[in-house]
Formats: sequence, C-alpha cells, structure tokens
Amino acid sequence: MVYDALIGPFTEFEFMRRALAAVIALSLAGAPIGVFLMLRRMSLVGDAMAHAILPGAAVGFLLSGLNLFAMTAGGLLAGFAVAILAGVVARSTGLKEDASLATFYLASLALGVAIVSIKGTNIDLLHVLFGNILAMDDQTLLVVAFNATVTLLVLAVIYRPLVIESVDPLFLRTVSRAGGPAHLAFLALVVINLVNGFQALGTLLAVGLMILPAGIARFWSRDLTVMICIAVVAAAVSGYAGLVLSFQTRVPSGPAIILVATVFYIVSVLFGRVGGIVRQLFPGRHLEA
Amino acid sequence: MAALHFHNVTLGYDRHPAVHHLNGEVAAGALIAVIGPNGAGKSTLLRGIVGILKPLDGSIHLGGLDSRDIAYLPQSAEIDRSFPISVFDFVGTGLWRGTGLFGGIGKAAREKILRAIASIGLNGFENRPIGTLSGGQMQRVLFARVLLQDARLIVLDEPFNAIDSKTTTDLLALVKRWHGEGRTVLAALHDMEMVRTHFSETLVLARGPVAWGPTAEVLTPENLLVAMRMCEAFDDSAAACAADDASSRAA
Repeated sequence: MVYDALIGPFTEFEFMRRALAAVIALSLAGAPIGVFLMLRRMSLVGDAMAHAILPGAAVGFLLSGLNLFAMTAGGLLAGFAVAILAGVVARSTGLKEDASLATFYLASLALGVAIVSIKGTNIDLLHVLFGNILAMDDQTLLVVAFNATVTLLVLAVIYRPLVIESVDPLFLRTVSRAGGPAHLAFLALVVINLVNGFQALGTLLAVGLMILPAGIARFWSRDLTVMICIAVVAAAVSGYAGLVLSFQTRVPSGPAIILVATVFYIVSVLFGRVGGIVRQLFPGRHLEA
Repeated sequence: MAALHFHNVTLGYDRHPAVHHLNGEVAAGALIAVIGPNGAGKSTLLRGIVGILKPLDGSIHLGGLDSRDIAYLPQSAEIDRSFPISVFDFVGTGLWRGTGLFGGIGKAAREKILRAIASIGLNGFENRPIGTLSGGQMQRVLFARVLLQDARLIVLDEPFNAIDSKTTTDLLALVKRWHGEGRTVLAALHDMEMVRTHFSETLVLARGPVAWGPTAEVLTPENLLVAMRMCEAFDDSAAACAADDASSRAA
C-alpha cells in the first residue's frame, strides 16, 4: 500500500516520471539561485521577475497557442528585457533595483494578462498563471534540463564574484570589474530558472521552488555550501511529495508542490537549528566558553 | 617618486562636491593621516583613490600603480555580516589578485591565509561565521585581508573606530610595520592624539583641503577651527563652480 501510494504513480505513469525528472532538474538549478536571491535580499525581486516574464509568454501564446517552446522563448525575451532595463536604470540612476523592477513588472503583468485575455479563455489564463507540470512532454523536459545545466555551469563561473559582491561589494569593486557582469549574469540565471519554473508551476508560483527551499536552508546552517545542499534537497523532496499529493488528492500539481514546501518551511521556522523559534525558547544550558 | 597625484580633484555626489579642488602628491612610502569632521569628505576621497568613485572634475593618477596594487579597508558598516561566510573564506578573498575567478586555494595559499589570521591574533576563529564576531574582531579580520593583499598602497577608512585600546595598539603596530616595509599608507582618522604621535604627515579636509603637510605644522588650532566651521550641508540651489569655469577657460 505504501509502495502504491509513494512509488506506484511513478512506475505506472510516464507523465509522472517526466514530472519527477522536471522537478529534480528545477531543484538542482533553482534552489542555489534562490539561496543567492535570499542572501542578496532580492527574494521579492525574484517574485517581481516572475511576473515580468508573463507578457513574453503571452505573446508566444498569442502567436502559436499553448505551444511551450514559443511561450518559453517569449518568456525568456521578456524576462531578459525587464532584468536588463531594470538593472541599467538602477545602476545608472541610483534608484534601488527593487524599486526599478517594481515599475517594470507591474506594467509587464498588466500587459501579459491583457494579451492572454485578447485571444484565450479563462482556462488558458489559469494554465499561464499556475502551470501544469503533469502536461510536460519530452521536448519541454529537455528544455528544462538544458536550462538547469546552463544554470549550474554559469553559476560555477560567477560563484566567487557573486559571493564577494554579496558580502563586501566595495572590496570587489576595488580588486575586479567582475561584480557588474556577475550581477547581470545572475539576473539572467534568475530569468532562465523562472521560465523553467513557469512550465511547471506557472507565473505566480515559479519563484516558490527557488525561495522557499532557500528559506528552509537558512534555518539549518550558517555555511553557504551546506545551505545550498539543504535547499536543493528540500526543493527535490517538496517536488516529489507535492507530485504524490497531487496524484492522490487531485490538488493541482503546482500548488501541491508549493504547499509541501511551505509545510517544510513552517517546520524549519519552528525547529530550525539556526534561529528556530523552539531553539530560541529552549536554548539549553549555556556553555563554558 | 610619488604614489599618488591629485590634479584639481573634485569628488562628490549628484554634482555636489564632497571634496573640492584638491591638488598635491603623496610620496611613495608615506604614512598620511586624513582628518576632518564628519562629512568632511574623508571617505569620499579614499573611495576616489581606490577607484570606486569617479571624480566630478580633475583627476587622480596612481604613480605607476595598477589598481590591484591597492588594498582598501572600508568602514565595517559597508559589509553584510549576516552573509554566511567564515573568517577563513573572508580573509581568503584577499588573495583575489592571485586567484581571480577560477584559481584554486592550494596548500601554500591556505597556509598564507592561516598565517594572516594568526598574525592578527585570531587563531581558532578560522571557521567562525563573520556574523558572530565582535566589532574589534571584525576589524582584525579586515586587517588580515589587507595583509594578504600585499599591496603597495594601503587605504584605511576609519580603521580604529569603536575598538578597544588593546586592539587599536595591535592594529596600529601593523600599520607601522607596513610603513616600515615601504608601503604607502593613507588612513582616515578621528583620534588627534594618535595622529600627532604616529603619523608624520596629515591632510586636514573640510570638503576641501584646509592644510596638508608635516603633522606638527598642520595640526594647529587655527586649521582645526577652520575645519570645524565647515558647512556640512549640500546647497541644492548652488550655482555652477566658478573655479571650474576659470580652470577650463585657462585650459
């Protein structure tokens, strides 16, 4: 019975295996990006970017219906355009990046919903807003896996300047010009992973599988590498458990995945080793030194 | 030989000068204190020297130095101490000139980092996250990173602020050691007694140069009074600088 509930859906149905593979790819790439978004105090920037990809995806939809390639390409273009425009405005005017993004993403979201409404139905709009990981075909899965691979490779290249720019940006500016390009590359990775998440979780929840695992990891470690590992595992386990929950209860897959991650987050807030509420209420006896 | 040349340098923000019309040279191997009240432009000048801030006017020439020959110790408020990075890794960033984007931290580099941490008296702190350090310990960590940078020009922004006398003494000894090794050191400071005792040359700033020269001649009550009377606020309705017009006409 346990086998039927937890393993059976994946051995029996190909669409569940594809969904599981997608969710693992999303976790491997998206969770480390989420950790950096959180540590760079850009969690809400990620959310804003998620909305910003909507008009591009909507134009793809307008041109070729629910074609995931067209929607992905449109989303990538729109996301990059907003990321670069907001980054350029922030760096050249002194406006904070989140404020700059807020203006762009609100316009993008309004434009995106307007475009979808022109041609589509409410069901199409729901698909764009909340995604459907269970409807993923082989080609889309390959796109998701390719994007995840690119993310990990680029992250490896910019890892060092990204860390130094996060902790001591002035120092990096005195020893290297890598800070600006690393930041822009990081924004590009955010967009790529949001488009990836968009396929599975939709515009509104795409950032969830990036930020929630990062938040979970923050409560269990003070070491960056360990935090990234915890975030990846938390995302993958949330994805797996969310798929099982969705299969067994008919809750839509995207919200199911995010709800499971939210439960892990609440457990971490309560019992986390680093700053968890219970740990603070009952810290144990003080140490000798 | 000069390590730095200031040619009619004006540095500031939104066209408002924080350091106005500074001319002069810093000799290689000099030990210079930069003093002045809050808002006098000390940090702005140091940021201009290390290339973080571009001059609004004039220029700063690094006498044959590459920008990587400069080590900068910022005020610790500029550092995000909530970021999960250990003392070892943070100090290790001082090796950027050798490692760059991809260079590994080998055995020799690890030993260098450990030696730097030990030399500022933080043995045993290597794996501690920087967020758990006291203000004085963090200041020592910043000095350890400067030590690793092995730079010919060292720029210190208020390096002894809010730290105890023992830490100040230890870190001041390090500054004098750098000076003894022939490195050029500029430090923004507030402690007049320390400046009088340990720094041979002083620049008094008050949004512009008040005096610059041997400390004993520069640190006079008259100069300090001029600096104290400095107008701190920017004037939003100020006209374009007439001196700049004159200098461009002359050019």
